[in-house]
Amino acid sequence: MNAIAVASIGLFIFILGYRFYSKFLAEKIFRLDPNYVTPAHRFKDDVDFVPTNKFVLWGHHFTSVAGAAPILGPAIAVYWGWLPAILWVVFGTIFAAGVHDFGTLVLSVRNKGQSIGTLAHRLIGQKAKILFLFIILILVLMVNAVFAWVIANLFIKFPASVLPIFIQIPLAVWIGHAVYKRKQKMLIPSLIALGVMYLTAVLASNIGFLQIDLVSYMGGAEGAGLFGLGAISTAFFIWIIILMIYVYIASTLPVWQLLQPRDFINSHQLVVGLGILYIGLLFTNPQITAPLTNATSDVSWLPLLFITIACGAISGFHGLVSSGTSSKQLNKETDARFVGYLGAVGEGVLALISIIAVITFFPNKEAFLERYSSFQASSGAGLGTFIEGAANLATGLMIPQGVATTIVSIIVISFAATTLDTSVRLMRYIIAELGVEYKMPVLAKTHVATSIAVASSAALVLLPEGPNGFGSGGYLLWPLFGTANQLLAGISLLLISIWLKRLGRNYMVTLIPMIFLLIMTLYAMFQQVVFQWSWFGSSSNTLLFVFGAIIFGFALWILITAVSALRDKSNIKLDMD
Amino acid sequence: MLSKVKTLIAFYEEVLSMPHRQEIARELRDEDDLFLLLLYSEMIGIPNPVYYYTLELYPYMLEKFHDWHLRMGMEKSPMTGIRCC
Repeated sequence: MNAIAVASIGLFIFILGYRFYSKFLAEKIFRLDPNYVTPAHRFKDDVDFVPTNKFVLWGHHFTSVAGAAPILGPAIAVYWGWLPAILWVVFGTIFAAGVHDFGTLVLSVRNKGQSIGTLAHRLIGQKAKILFLFIILILVLMVNAVFAWVIANLFIKFPASVLPIFIQIPLAVWIGHAVYKRKQKMLIPSLIALGVMYLTAVLASNIGFLQIDLVSYMGGAEGAGLFGLGAISTAFFIWIIILMIYVYIASTLPVWQLLQPRDFINSHQLVVGLGILYIGLLFTNPQITAPLTNATSDVSWLPLLFITIACGAISGFHGLVSSGTSSKQLNKETDARFVGYLGAVGEGVLALISIIAVITFFPNKEAFLERYSSFQASSGAGLGTFIEGAANLATGLMIPQGVATTIVSIIVISFAATTLDTSVRLMRYIIAELGVEYKMPVLAKTHVATSIAVASSAALVLLPEGPNGFGSGGYLLWPLFGTANQLLAGISLLLISIWLKRLGRNYMVTLIPMIFLLIMTLYAMFQQVVFQWSWFGSSSNTLLFVFGAIIFGFALWILITAVSALRDKSNIKLDMD
Repeated sequence: MLSKVKTLIAFYEEVLSMPHRQEIARELRDEDDLFLLLLYSEMIGIPNPVYYYTLELYPYMLEKFHDWHLRMGMEKSPMTGIRCC
């Protein structure tokens, strides 16, 4: 089957979704009012509350939500064949993610631009706020562990990408300095930085000694590493320790010094990446070689598919961005449709091309089935396959395969690294907030909170045993990341449903995706916790068991809260109702 | 065509600079808050030798003072001498 045709159909459905479904939501459900005074105008302070042009706001919203997760999830989920993955990405985006992102934005705009956490407190109560903090804590912990593993894994697989990634750090500091201290424009310095990185990528792809390959320094995969570990285990260990030291420093620096300038470079990379993939697809015109559905799969697609692809179909993280920053900057309420719904569609477009890159990469079906032989194998190999597949599409633009592989891996690693920085910083804030909540002021100290965040993330990523030994089992955490993310989305959808119900409107548009998500989460966690990770399960693992059980408990809690909150007749009105 | 490219570049620059502008505005505001705290330090019991001179600034900063005490969590003006609200 032709890949361009599949991509076009997917994009066409996205357009239909935006054109019709989001219009229906805007007019009939949320009833957006162009004359409503948004928080950006009402509380205008030129710091947090700033009325912003909708295109600019969309650009910022999209670059904040799109990262490595909508690439990684789909690259694993094609294990069940390409059709289920594409269907979930396309319809999940239209009926779940779009509604969720759009809805959280409107809910927040109608409530003084407050964040989902605060709204949970006001709509459900104090317990909901604590539950919410714990779910975010688990989510960011999973993000830290998974992305640290992803970066270490890619450094080992694509050693040419190491140097360009580390060059990005001083370049970002330089941009931060140039822009902040000397008030220069950002575009030119960040483009120069991108140029330097890609030039280094070209050099590193062609010159052997510029590739920092820890495994080969220790005598290849069979070589002996440190402390009696194998070479690959040692390489994982070293990279993870280096990454943890780096995130410690990065997350305690002021944001303008490193984090923001890296975002400038990364938003160019997002544009470059999407451009390379979609234009490359047009030029190479590849055929889909992966099977439509995988009849030989060892793990059922139901419910795991809906957990594996979280970002790209629906992701609770978007609600944090929607209600945290975007809602405070919305110029007109009617812009919410463009910013919220189209932001979700943007991520769907990224997830769609990730799937296409993977399923067109293999010469034939047998080669696909060989690499995606089991769910565990595909979890480990997914991202590497995406990078090779994307490089394959890039050859259509006359970029040599080796250089293209390095550049795509740099793009993916940069996304993962930014996500890691941000989520360690976020974890630090949450630990501090919990410290205040439970009267332990010592937790509110920057270095104490950061140390706890970094140490627990490092422990989590190093503990699970994978086929390559110590530290290589980080991908086992991916389903946990997916469920935590879906739970967060579940809470947001619940809040929107309660709000809509109190307004006397049709709340099925948010309740149905919420119930679907919660059932899939409960089902997946029950299956994994009982049949796989428990003491009598097929692959017993105490750590995963504990985390899975906690998430399962939270999901049940939300379900119960949801039922009682929806049956609640007390009708506490919000200010803006 | 050239003007369209220029508009596109200006748009892109604005997308890039949005979070940055916010961060700078926040740091500037924090600095201002610190400055005001120094000016009105007697209010919290720190003796301030330049107290009387700062009164000359009164007409210039009445509005800012009002925003500031709101940000600091005080609903009404904490000083009887300054009646902004």
